[in-house]
Amino acid sequence: MTLPEYFQRDRTWQPPAFTPDYKTSVLRSPRLPLLSLHGTLSEMTGPTFGHGDIGPFDNDLLRNFAQTGEPIGERIIVHGRVLDENGRGVPHTLVEVWQANAGGRYRHKTDMYLAPLDPNFGGCGRTVTDAEGAFAFRTIKPGAYPWRNWINSWRPAHIHVSVMGSGFCQRLITQMYFEGDPLIPRCPIVATIPDPRAVEQLTAVLDMNEGRALDCLAYKFDIVLRGRRSTFFENRPEGN
Amino acid sequence: MQRLDHMKESASQTAGPYVHIGLAPSRAGFDVYAQELGLDITGPEAPGERIRVEGMVFDGTGTSIRDVLIETWQADAAGIHPHPEDPRAAQVAPGFRGWGRVVPDFATGLWSFDTIKPGVVAGWGGRPQAPHISFWLVARGINIGLQTRLYFADEAEANAADPVLNLVEQVHRRATLIAAREEREGLPVYRFDIRLQGDGETVFLDV
Repeated sequence: MTLPEYFQRDRTWQPPAFTPDYKTSVLRSPRLPLLSLHGTLSEMTGPTFGHGDIGPFDNDLLRNFAQTGEPIGERIIVHGRVLDENGRGVPHTLVEVWQANAGGRYRHKTDMYLAPLDPNFGGCGRTVTDAEGAFAFRTIKPGAYPWRNWINSWRPAHIHVSVMGSGFCQRLITQMYFEGDPLIPRCPIVATIPDPRAVEQLTAVLDMNEGRALDCLAYKFDIVLRGRRSTFFENRPEGN
Repeated sequence: MQRLDHMKESASQTAGPYVHIGLAPSRAGFDVYAQELGLDITGPEAPGERIRVEGMVFDGTGTSIRDVLIETWQADAAGIHPHPEDPRAAQVAPGFRGWGRVVPDFATGLWSFDTIKPGVVAGWGGRPQAPHISFWLVARGINIGLQTRLYFADEAEANAADPVLNLVEQVHRRATLIAAREEREGLPVYRFDIRLQGDGETVFLDV
């Protein structure tokens, strides 16, 4: 049995490992070339998840940590689909998100930023896509925050997004940015991405149609994972 | 001329220093989920040799990286993955998940996980691959997740024939993928240090 191979990852589209303007990458980037190889069963398979793995409210960041009331901030829905490069929805895959609160502070024991924690906001959520690859979260819009890169570097508002995919070689972590944020073109982490079209692809668009009147705005964010070749003819990889 | 209608893969962005909030919130210092994922790779019943794997991840100065997050993926002791595309998936060991999330001690950078030693998995053209565990690393400063493999030092014969290890042109670099074995109070413990850069840089894969 031959499984359809994944498209090779376009390493000229993806950020390189060594990006000196993002200083932390300097010592954490391999200097030697990656060893490129056809995926085997070890990479074409990957973990699977079901609704038994997660709770029914895990994708509602307004509620999943709230103690005494609603979190502070601009209420939003983030919705979209996980697709592959063929434009097909990736069904039943785990999507996890994490973010700062409305003041730009993370609920993490190592975040020392002076903005306060919100007692009603944890900052993480997770869900499994439906049969068409669709997902949704409800949350507050995260704040921008400063970080140590240059003296006064600021991250644009962003939500971290982790997608499991069908195979281990599709595994992806990225960040979702918000339409119109003037910090996007000033961010050294965004600038690790060589192609401006790839930055646009990470910028969620305001979607008035999916907002809730007198309640919240909505942003649409689709995520694309590696596609797979059609099996017109069987391949004969090396050593065969 | 017609146009191809392929989409482009979303660009990766670093997982950042607070990756634990999303993927391992109890390690960030708070509880939110009824169960955290990736803590139990094997379940209690899966047959096979129970082992521990431990190590550290080092940056280009030799400093341990304490904010790394590692995911592991492996077959069961019979070489079967719990995944619909594994032709033998129906026979996978009961309760076996094959996937783990590993976070180091924030003070030292030492990480460890317990699993079972995986079996042989078919590779290209059905050629056997030596037992291995796939690793995927993310952290602040890593722009796109780094993939590598752990092989087992006590599988010297299988490792010598492994088609992936044999693709590493500089023969001495193959050793960067092979974990040393010791016994600790009866438990086999494999040591697997990962060097992102510099002397002894680990072989990373683009698969």
